[in-house]
Amino acid sequence: MATVITPKPENSTVVDNQIKTSQKKYKMITENVNVYYGNYLAVKNISIKFPEKSVTALIGPSGCGKTTFLRCLNRMHDMTKSARVEGKVMIDDIDLYDKSIDPIYHRRKVGMVFQKPNPFPTMSIYDNVIAGVRLNGVRDKKILDEIVEDSLKMAYLWDEVKDELKKPAIELSGGQQQRLCIARALAIQPEVLLMDEPASALDPIATQKIEETITELKKDFCIIIITHNMQQAVRVSDYTGFMYLGDLIEFRETKKLFTDPKNELTAKYVQGHFG
Amino acid sequence: MSNIIQNKQEKRAEYRAMFRSNVKNRLLVDKIMMGVVFACVLIAITPLLWILGTLFYGGAEALSWEFLTGEPGAIGEGIPPAIGPAIQGTLIIIGLSSIVGIPIGVMSGIYLAEFGGNWFSKQIRFFTDVFMEFPSIVLGVFAFLLIVLFLGHFSVWAGAFALSLIMFPIIARATEESLKMVPWSIREAGAALGLRKWIVTLRIVLPAAKNGIITGILLSVSRVGGETAPLIMTILGSSQFFSGFDSPMDALPLRIWRFSLQPYDEARLAGWGAALVLVITILAIHIGVRYWFIHKRKKTDMIPRLSKIGV
Repeated sequence: MATVITPKPENSTVVDNQIKTSQKKYKMITENVNVYYGNYLAVKNISIKFPEKSVTALIGPSGCGKTTFLRCLNRMHDMTKSARVEGKVMIDDIDLYDKSIDPIYHRRKVGMVFQKPNPFPTMSIYDNVIAGVRLNGVRDKKILDEIVEDSLKMAYLWDEVKDELKKPAIELSGGQQQRLCIARALAIQPEVLLMDEPASALDPIATQKIEETITELKKDFCIIIITHNMQQAVRVSDYTGFMYLGDLIEFRETKKLFTDPKNELTAKYVQGHFG
Repeated sequence: MSNIIQNKQEKRAEYRAMFRSNVKNRLLVDKIMMGVVFACVLIAITPLLWILGTLFYGGAEALSWEFLTGEPGAIGEGIPPAIGPAIQGTLIIIGLSSIVGIPIGVMSGIYLAEFGGNWFSKQIRFFTDVFMEFPSIVLGVFAFLLIVLFLGHFSVWAGAFALSLIMFPIIARATEESLKMVPWSIREAGAALGLRKWIVTLRIVLPAAKNGIITGILLSVSRVGGETAPLIMTILGSSQFFSGFDSPMDALPLRIWRFSLQPYDEARLAGWGAALVLVITILAIHIGVRYWFIHKRKKTDMIPRLSKIGV
C-alpha cells in the first residue's frame, strides 16, 4: 500500500492554477512562496489565488508542507527562529511580508485554528473566547457577551456550555476544546480563516457540525482548510490544492480535481494509492 | 511467504516467553527498589526533623510575650534578653528586599525566557547562574563598599540592597524555567489572535507559570531570611526598634549570632528561642502565601492541569 512515489513533476511549477470563474474576487494571493527551515526548503514556490467567500482545501500526504504553507498566510513563522519565508502573500492587495507591515493588524484579519486544541489554560470558557477581543482593547460588557454567544453558536458549542461559561476551559473534552478554539478564532471577526485539520480530534458528529459551520461561514469568509480526509475536502471545499514534497502539484475546483485529476500523482493520491 | 509468517510467529512466542518469565524476580526487585527509595527519603528528612525537634526542645522554653516584643537590653545583668527589634527588622528587611528583588527578578526571567535566545541573553543567563552561587558575604562586602562607605554609616538600605542581590538570580531563574514549561502552542494561539507579544506574555503566559514563579519567590525569601553575613556588613544590628531606613537595624539571624557569642546561659536560651522564631516566621510566610494562592487558584489553576491540554 505504502508505495513510495519518486517521480516528481518535470518542473516544480503549478499545474493548472487558473480558476475558470475569473470574475471572482481574490481575498488572498500568494506569489512564489518559499519556506526554508535552516537550509531545508520545505515549501517550494507556491502561487495560489484564494477567492473570497469560498473554501479552499489543501490535501497531501503527511510532511508535504501543508501546515508550513498555511502558517505563512498568518506570518506565524515569525515565531520560529529557524524558519525563513520568501515570496509574497497578499491580503486585499497588501503584502503581508512587506517590511513596513506590522503583522499584528493582519493577524487580526486572519483567524487560525490549530491542529491540536490549545485553549488558554488559565482562562474560563468565556475568557478564552473573548481573549482576542478583550486583550485588544474592547471593554464594553454587552458587546463582549454578544460576541461570545455568537462565536460559540457558530462553533456549535453554545448549547453545551451556555450554563457554565465560567468553567475553566481545560475541563472541556478534546472535541469541545477544539470547537472552543474555533469560536475564539471567530470572535476576532476575521475575514480569512485558516484551519489546520480542525476536525482531526473530533468525533463524527462534531466533525459534521464543524463542516456545517464551515459551509455556513463560507458566505462571509475566505476559508483555507488543511485536511487528511478527502471526503471532507469534497464535502466542504470549492477549490482544492494537492501538495506533495513541498510542491503544489495541482490546484483546481474541487469537483474537477477529484473526478478528473490532470496529474498522475494527484490521481493516485485521491484514489488512495499512496499517502 | 508462509515460512516467514511461521518464523515470525515463533519469534513472537519466544519474545513473549522472555517478557513473561521471572515475574517473581521482578516483583522482588520492585520491592527492594521501593525500600531503597523509602530509606533515602527517611535519610533525607531525618536531619530536618532533628533540627526542628532540637529547635523546639531548646527554644520553646524561651518563648514568652516579653521575649517576642521586648528589647534585648544588656545581657548578663539578670534581665532576660528579648528579640522584638530582631523580629521587626527581619520582616522589614524581607519586605524591602522583596519590593526590589521580586519585580527585577521576575522581569529578568521574562526577558530570558520570552525574548532571550540571543548572545546577550546567554551571557545574562551565565552571569545569573554565577551570581546565584556567589558567597553571600561577598555581596555584603559589595553593598558595604557601594552604599555604607558612600553614606558613611550602616543602613537598612544597604541591607535591602545586598539581600535583593541574593534574591534576584533565584527568582529570575525560577521564572525563566516556569515560563519555559508553558507550552509553546499557547503563545502561538495568542499571536494568531493578533495580540502583541507583551500582552501574550503578561496576560496569557505569565499566569500559566504563576505557581512556579511563586515557589521561586518563596525560596528566595527563605534564603534571604536566614542570611547573616551580608547583614553584618550592612545593617550591623541594633538593640533598639526600627528607627529609620537610614540607620542600623536588628534582624533575627544577626541576633542569633550575637546571642551565641555570649557566655551566659540566658543568652544561649534566647538564641535557641530566636532560631525557633526565625524558622516559624519563614514557615508562616510559606504557608501563608501558598494558602492564599491555592485558594485564589480555584478559578485559574494551571500547572497541575497543563497535562490535560496535551503538553
